[in-house]
Amino acid sequence: MSPSPTAAQAGPNLVEVRNLHFSRGKRVIYENVDLNIARGKVTAIMGPSGSGKTTMLRFIGGQLRPDSGKVLVNGQNIPELSRDALFRARAGMGMLFQSGALFTDISVFENVAFPIRAHTRLPEALIRELVLLKLEAVGLRGAAELMPAELSGGMARRAALARAIALDPDMIMYDEPFAGQDPIVMGVLVTLIRTLSEALGLTTVIVSHDIHETLSIADYIYVVADAKVIGEGTPDELRASNSPFVQQFLNGKPDGPVRFQYPAPSYRDEVLGRANQSGGRR
Amino acid sequence: MRMRTIEITVGLFMLAGILALAFLALKVSGLSADGSQPTYRLYAHYQNTGGLAVRAKVTMAGVAIGRVSAIQLDPKTLTAKVTIDIYKSVNQISDDSVASILTAGLLGEQYIGIVPGASDTMLDGSDKHNEIEQTQSALVLEDLIGKFLFNKATADKPAAP
Amino acid sequence: MAAVEQVRRLGEGTIEALRSLGAAGVILWQAIVMVPRPRTAVPLLVRQLYSVGVLSLVIIAVSGLFIGLVLGLQGYNILKDYGSESALGTFVAKTLVRELGPVVTALLFAGRAGSALTAEIGLMKATEQLASMEMIGVDPLRRIVAPRFWAGVIAMPVLAVIFSAIGVFGGKLIGVDWLGLYSGSYWGNMQSSMVFDKDILNGIIKSVVFGVAVTWIAVFQGYDCEPTSEGISRATTRTVVYSSLAVLGLDFILTAVMFGGF
Repeated sequence: MSPSPTAAQAGPNLVEVRNLHFSRGKRVIYENVDLNIARGKVTAIMGPSGSGKTTMLRFIGGQLRPDSGKVLVNGQNIPELSRDALFRARAGMGMLFQSGALFTDISVFENVAFPIRAHTRLPEALIRELVLLKLEAVGLRGAAELMPAELSGGMARRAALARAIALDPDMIMYDEPFAGQDPIVMGVLVTLIRTLSEALGLTTVIVSHDIHETLSIADYIYVVADAKVIGEGTPDELRASNSPFVQQFLNGKPDGPVRFQYPAPSYRDEVLGRANQSGGRR
Repeated sequence: MRMRTIEITVGLFMLAGILALAFLALKVSGLSADGSQPTYRLYAHYQNTGGLAVRAKVTMAGVAIGRVSAIQLDPKTLTAKVTIDIYKSVNQISDDSVASILTAGLLGEQYIGIVPGASDTMLDGSDKHNEIEQTQSALVLEDLIGKFLFNKATADKPAAP
Repeated sequence: MAAVEQVRRLGEGTIEALRSLGAAGVILWQAIVMVPRPRTAVPLLVRQLYSVGVLSLVIIAVSGLFIGLVLGLQGYNILKDYGSESALGTFVAKTLVRELGPVVTALLFAGRAGSALTAEIGLMKATEQLASMEMIGVDPLRRIVAPRFWAGVIAMPVLAVIFSAIGVFGGKLIGVDWLGLYSGSYWGNMQSSMVFDKDILNGIIKSVVFGVAVTWIAVFQGYDCEPTSEGISRATTRTVVYSSLAVLGLDFILTAVMFGGF
């Protein structure tokens, strides 16, 4: 239901990020970063906590403006769009937030219907069919009348997913979809992400730090740390990478380029130095 | 909660507010009384208006017949010029009536009480007939005490030898 | 160098306060101007009127009754020393309609409904509901903030008027039914000294102003808070404190303007 790309816009990449700069206060989050999100494929953005992965999604969705650089979605530079143009562009993007973010005061059915009601004037009967269709796709058609408070964590995520695909967007973004879920729910989510991507030809962006799950479904991965892309490639390319940081990250090693010890004076000095200062007291 | 129930309760809520407002308007402030009755204007001059305030009542035989609408210092006579609006339905104020500044109760607000006179000419607000000549100023407490003490002193003094 | 640090902190604090004020102003403007389409706006408003107005009714009514009773009792005790017990009706009515009705209602409202609004909006922010609404393309200011703002502005005078009415009745219960005043003098004196536009209308104007102030503060604190549980609790406290101070300060200004020029 989003405007279809013109010939000039239809390239291999749905999203192109160029020369992105962004700082928050003194901290530089991104410095001269380039990214490509290929059409119809699953792209993952990974990295340690606090590296600004979710912020990238916010740039694509137009919720944040970078200090400089371009964020092109279907050829349009998102930070420069007018309110109305941004509204239309958002119809083509679905986003699944980390906590699901269902609206707690309305039912699951109403949640999924929300984007449809916001962007279209379809008659009630048609909206009902669409909603039930989306819920069926995620396996929650029977839970349509429940309130979000009555759902388990995994069900809430699936309901939020149904809402994210309500308008048949071209792209769907997942913010830490696997964080803190039990193995069964993880399996369900992995299957859903892969199925939706293939069945609907969705361009998928996943932000995550769950190595195993992400590597099993991603077609291309960017590893972001220290305000830069420090590694990219297909899962196999990354596993074979000779960057020490990528290896530490992928294998979950506690010490490497990202140090284990928080910076502190040498242990010997600290313990013995203190003993000298307090004299014979203890 | 179902939407319908919510709408009904909100409707009742607004109704309760309207009823409370009506209660306040009618029972508490007697709204109908003051209304927009047509009035005519009279004037009265006083040596001392005491605590008389604008919007104070004007009564005759205890019945409200108007309001004080203005109090100013008359620059020519250096007395207080009080403007009174009387309801048009009351037109039996003779031109020799007395308008006194009285106090309601011990602590009460001050108001003007008009005692009708015997004359046949009635005041009606026209240029020749709009002044209440006879006025009695507000009682000033200090003067009262002074008078009282003076009277007491002269009464106690035995006959001069 | 500690002095320089102090100055820097002061400057930072001032700028932050200015930023807050500016953001609050923007929100007020958008909440007033950007009203949703009538088809969606009215049900939202009705729902909010329920949660902000109807649910506050009990505490307002009970408080009104108690304050009316106390005013009746205290008023009687004070006036009897001047032999002016018959002025009890006037005393109770004027105190309630001009002052206690609008002010106490506003303070109770800030504590009950204001803090609830802040917590609700703050929680929606913390659970990313506001962000996801924005991503779907619906402006949360229109959808969430504006209906709550208008509900507060409408509900406040309604509650204040109910408070005053019940309070006057409470004063009557004490004065006439318990202490034996003649009912005619309670109501009669009250009616002859109360003026609709000076007393009642001014009281309503006050409560509308308080409604704007309290709801604005409540809604802004929720929208602007830190999206953590600590942030929400701090924001809720700020709502109650700032609202109460604002109500009392505005009350002074309004009273001076309305009743000051005797």
